[in-house]
Amino acid sequence: MNTTAVDTAHPAPREFFVRVEEPPRNGTLLGFWIYLMSDCFIFASLFACNAVLGTEYAGGPTAAEVFDLPGLAVNTALLLVSSVVFGFAMLEMARRRKGAMLGWLAVAGLLAAAFVGLEIREFLIMTAEGAGPGRSAFLSSFFTLVATHGLHVTLGILWLIVLMVQSIRFGLNEANVRRLRCLSMFWHFLDLVWVGVFSYVYLIGVLR
Amino acid sequence: MPAKRLRGLLLLPLLLLGGCNLVLLAPSGDMARQQSDIMIITTIIIALIIVPVLVAIAIIAWRYRASNKHARYDPHWDHSPQLELVVWAVPLVIIIAVGAVSWIGTHQTDPYRAIDRIAPGQPVAADVKPLEVNVVSLQWKWLFFYPQYGIATVNELAAPVDRPIRFQLTSDTMMDSFFIPALVGQVYAMPGMQTILHGVINKPGEYKGFSANYSGLGFTDMRFTFHGLDTQDFDAWVAKVRAAGGDLDTATYDQLRKPTRDAPVHYYARFEPDLYTRILNLCVDPGQICLSEMMAAGTHGGGAMRDMHGHDAMSMPMDAPTPTAPAAATH
Amino acid sequence: MLEAMPHRAAIWNFLFGRLTIDSLPFLDNNAEGRILLVTLVVVVVIGVAILAAVTKYRKWGYLWRDWFTTVDHKKLGIMYMILGTVMLLRGFSDAIMMRAQQAVAFGPEMGYLPPQHYDQIFTAHGSIMIFFVAMAYIVGLMNYVMPLQIGSRDVAFPFLNNLSFWFTFWGAILFMVSLFVGDFSIAGWLGYPPVSEVQQGPGVDYYIWGLQLSGVGTLLTGVNFVTTILKTRAPGMTLMKMPVFSWTALCTSGLIIATFPVLTATLFLLALDRYVGTHFFTTGSGGNLMMYINLIWIWGHPEVYILILPLFGVYSEIVPTFSGKPLFAYSSMVYATIAIMILSYLVWLHHFFTMGSGADVNSFFSLTTMMISIPTGVKIFNWLFTMYRGRVRYTVPMLWTLGALFTFTIGGMTGVMLSVTPADFLLHNSLFLIAHFHNVIIGGVVFGVFAAVNYWFPKAFGFKLDEFWGKATFWFWLVGFWVAFTPLYILGLMGVTRRLSHFEDPSLQPYFIVAAFGSFLIALGILSFIIQIYVSILRRRQYAVGGDPWDGRTLEWSTTSPPPEYNFAFIPIVHERDAWTDMKAHGYERPQAGFNAIHMPKNTATGVVIGALSFACCFGLVWYIWWLAALSLVGIIAVAIAHTFNYHQDHHIPADEVHRSEQAGNWQTDAEGASA
Repeated sequence: MNTTAVDTAHPAPREFFVRVEEPPRNGTLLGFWIYLMSDCFIFASLFACNAVLGTEYAGGPTAAEVFDLPGLAVNTALLLVSSVVFGFAMLEMARRRKGAMLGWLAVAGLLAAAFVGLEIREFLIMTAEGAGPGRSAFLSSFFTLVATHGLHVTLGILWLIVLMVQSIRFGLNEANVRRLRCLSMFWHFLDLVWVGVFSYVYLIGVLR
Repeated sequence: MPAKRLRGLLLLPLLLLGGCNLVLLAPSGDMARQQSDIMIITTIIIALIIVPVLVAIAIIAWRYRASNKHARYDPHWDHSPQLELVVWAVPLVIIIAVGAVSWIGTHQTDPYRAIDRIAPGQPVAADVKPLEVNVVSLQWKWLFFYPQYGIATVNELAAPVDRPIRFQLTSDTMMDSFFIPALVGQVYAMPGMQTILHGVINKPGEYKGFSANYSGLGFTDMRFTFHGLDTQDFDAWVAKVRAAGGDLDTATYDQLRKPTRDAPVHYYARFEPDLYTRILNLCVDPGQICLSEMMAAGTHGGGAMRDMHGHDAMSMPMDAPTPTAPAAATH
Repeated sequence: MLEAMPHRAAIWNFLFGRLTIDSLPFLDNNAEGRILLVTLVVVVVIGVAILAAVTKYRKWGYLWRDWFTTVDHKKLGIMYMILGTVMLLRGFSDAIMMRAQQAVAFGPEMGYLPPQHYDQIFTAHGSIMIFFVAMAYIVGLMNYVMPLQIGSRDVAFPFLNNLSFWFTFWGAILFMVSLFVGDFSIAGWLGYPPVSEVQQGPGVDYYIWGLQLSGVGTLLTGVNFVTTILKTRAPGMTLMKMPVFSWTALCTSGLIIATFPVLTATLFLLALDRYVGTHFFTTGSGGNLMMYINLIWIWGHPEVYILILPLFGVYSEIVPTFSGKPLFAYSSMVYATIAIMILSYLVWLHHFFTMGSGADVNSFFSLTTMMISIPTGVKIFNWLFTMYRGRVRYTVPMLWTLGALFTFTIGGMTGVMLSVTPADFLLHNSLFLIAHFHNVIIGGVVFGVFAAVNYWFPKAFGFKLDEFWGKATFWFWLVGFWVAFTPLYILGLMGVTRRLSHFEDPSLQPYFIVAAFGSFLIALGILSFIIQIYVSILRRRQYAVGGDPWDGRTLEWSTTSPPPEYNFAFIPIVHERDAWTDMKAHGYERPQAGFNAIHMPKNTATGVVIGALSFACCFGLVWYIWWLAALSLVGIIAVAIAHTFNYHQDHHIPADEVHRSEQAGNWQTDAEGASA
């Protein structure tokens, strides 16, 4: 970069500042996406624990003994459908049809709530059978990973309710649209993580 | 060996500091000496670049001081492809050299590798069997089993000069690092897992051994003496231990494992044959299921850890002390 | 007595969890108890004096409005720097206590610190110095400088920035509270199991929750800074025209995003083991302590580069400015930074070569570790060639930079020694290792922070720091460092290892006495720094400077000192790398009229409230006061939701106010300041 010398020799008129103030660029969607990437690393750590400790049964029950695969299929279907439904809500939002959007959001939220409910039921049954998180390292890693995902979903539902209230009260203003987009990313992200949990922790867990 | 002369060069300025005992630069065991040689060689290679850089910083910073109007001032000079090439190439070349030394040295001095020489140019004789020592770190003392002699000791270790030693290490509860600087570099001792270390001592004498990894309140006092002995002296030492010691059974061990600080030296003439294996498999107390049995029952895999550690490091099943140990050994 | 009254005990247990009168160590009738009592009294007296002074001079409103609730990146940056300095005093007093103990505890003399206390002190020293001194300093620097350098009005998420600060602040307070209520972890700064698993009492829990708070704060900062750099750079500033300090801020923030979640997850698992009885890192039941050690170092090694990269950026700003030349090989510098960022993720295993992994694994990590020294070496060469054919002005920032170049380079050399696996088997856990990482952290990070403070202080406050005391600080630190740590290098080669509170061999004592003397010199250095600040404030009119006191090259020097709330009346347009040098070369004249109203974020109390509630929550968790933890958690969620119902989080500064502020600002782009 030796251009400064040339320019000093032949100074050309240059604009050095923006004369008209422009509204600041909003980085929320990018920022939220970056946050999700960091969340990925939390899940990655928990997956790594499961990979290492997944067969440390310590004389306790094995994955094949405790996992209820048919129940899991229902659970997974609920969450996947919820993700699709959320997509419908976002399409309605793009068409500025608030009522339809709220309807789809409610369905998505209910499906996710059913998912969390089934998960809690699974946890209670396992704990009652003596397969709680303190039984073995395998169960510790299983409970922690699945419950962390479930906690994310629960917070997502809470967020969904807040945004529904805000959309009803304040309409689909710019801020609300942006927030719904963020939640949408969050929702699909959790779906993606669940695909990992489902295939790695449950399916491969049963096989190994 | 050129490293020897270089060692002298490097030691010279340090000796001026008061003739301190820099054991890491002048160890008494062949393994530690090899590790030390590698350290010295790599230091010299790095110094080839670091020293000129330090000198250059001083010269350039001084020569181009603002008050020196004779120095050339070129306020726009900010790149030069040739120089940039040099700037990337020189560290690269140095690192290739150091990396090659490290790669070869790492494999040569791998603590898991059985020793094939007792000193430069002196291979291990075919009929020499290495001295086996099983090491357990307790809170906060060291327990040494000598399976070939049937004796055990606390906080005292002895080995015949010029005979390879093969340590198998584990821990009762805490994580320690077994380190005799004069003999060989350290290796961790971890509960429920076994590590291996090979070494040989070339000079008779008393050497310091200790835990190098912090393991709680009594860690500071976790020291022992390592005696390098002539063969006769070693036999006499074994006889002494046999004469002085009692039995190390499960009950005694349960007493011994209780946390104590600055524990005195203690000798045991006999020990329960499977005690070390049970410590390693976390099943000293009756009623505990051994890690090895869990694996035998198919409820304990541990494959992931084995892969993570690399198979050669954990090639335990073939050298395990008893057939019941392998599961824990891989951990 | 409490056992005698079971009913009363139940109420007590509910209200205070496991917190009892016995948990207050300053009431102990022994030497440590009395030391703590005196410390507590001093802290209380100083605290009350400060509170009284604030009340007397009616500054509460000012503090609340202008500082606590601020979302201005510059003020938050200054608050981080103050936090870092206060915590430096705490962390350094721990260091002095350790040096004093090791200087006397030989043979029959056991020293004045029993292991119970010594171990808490080295744990506190390490974790405070990394999390609340070094991290606070680098986050503070990036906060203050980066938005100015990229020609932005603030960070992308100003409220989040405020929240991050309060998380970090309350994490630090949790650490400080552990001094007087309960005890602290004895498990070392990384909290290795099994020690951290089996230690009873609140010590490790203080450690876990304090780090969780500051970790969340740091993570949010990382997200914030990356978005800021990617979204709000001034027009014309392509990534390859961005100042190197901002580049390092970008890379460091990227590393934060990729590693702090791992720390959060790891400490969370440790907490589960302690609170719920899971078996992640336990001995038995399938737990694996090496999992923890792997995970914590997957965060821990990149953390070292999170700390050093911004300071590489600082040197890359200071050397060109005081050499009167552009940075040599800018692109090389950028690529070297990126290379370091990526490689730092591939070296964590070198912290435990001795765990018994195979020679191939060890060789791999040995090589990746060495490879980092290539881009680092490139950087050192680039600074060298920047000075070459320059006009080097020996100002205080430049002195620190030169001191850092020497010291850090030698630290880098001992680092390469440690990366050679066979050597590491000998040097691991030794005082040689301690000397090495202090060599790079003090020589690289701390010296860099002092360089940066001396460099940007005039920008932040409108007056320069005193030169004499600045040079005194520098020489005390430089000499003190080498006197303190050369003996540790030698002791390391003598086979002496770390974390020992007592020694048998009296021949080692002279080395420890010299090291203690070195730490005393460093104490004088810290004292000189405080005097430097004090003297400079006294002489602030004499030392007053304009917008560009050093003949700077980047955009932060194009505005007033201190900059207005909105940073730039008009957002600058960038044409060249050294944007401000370019503007000066083209005879840039500052606009005097035609100002617009400027859109800025409003202050908010949400960050303060959430921070305080999260402290209450963590304190409740430490002491098993479940109602407090639960209530605070609900409170945090409620406040966060309430915050989102406020849609008017910004305001406009009217054009005439901008006009007034621009007239009042201290401009004089002083060439005389540059030569001073």
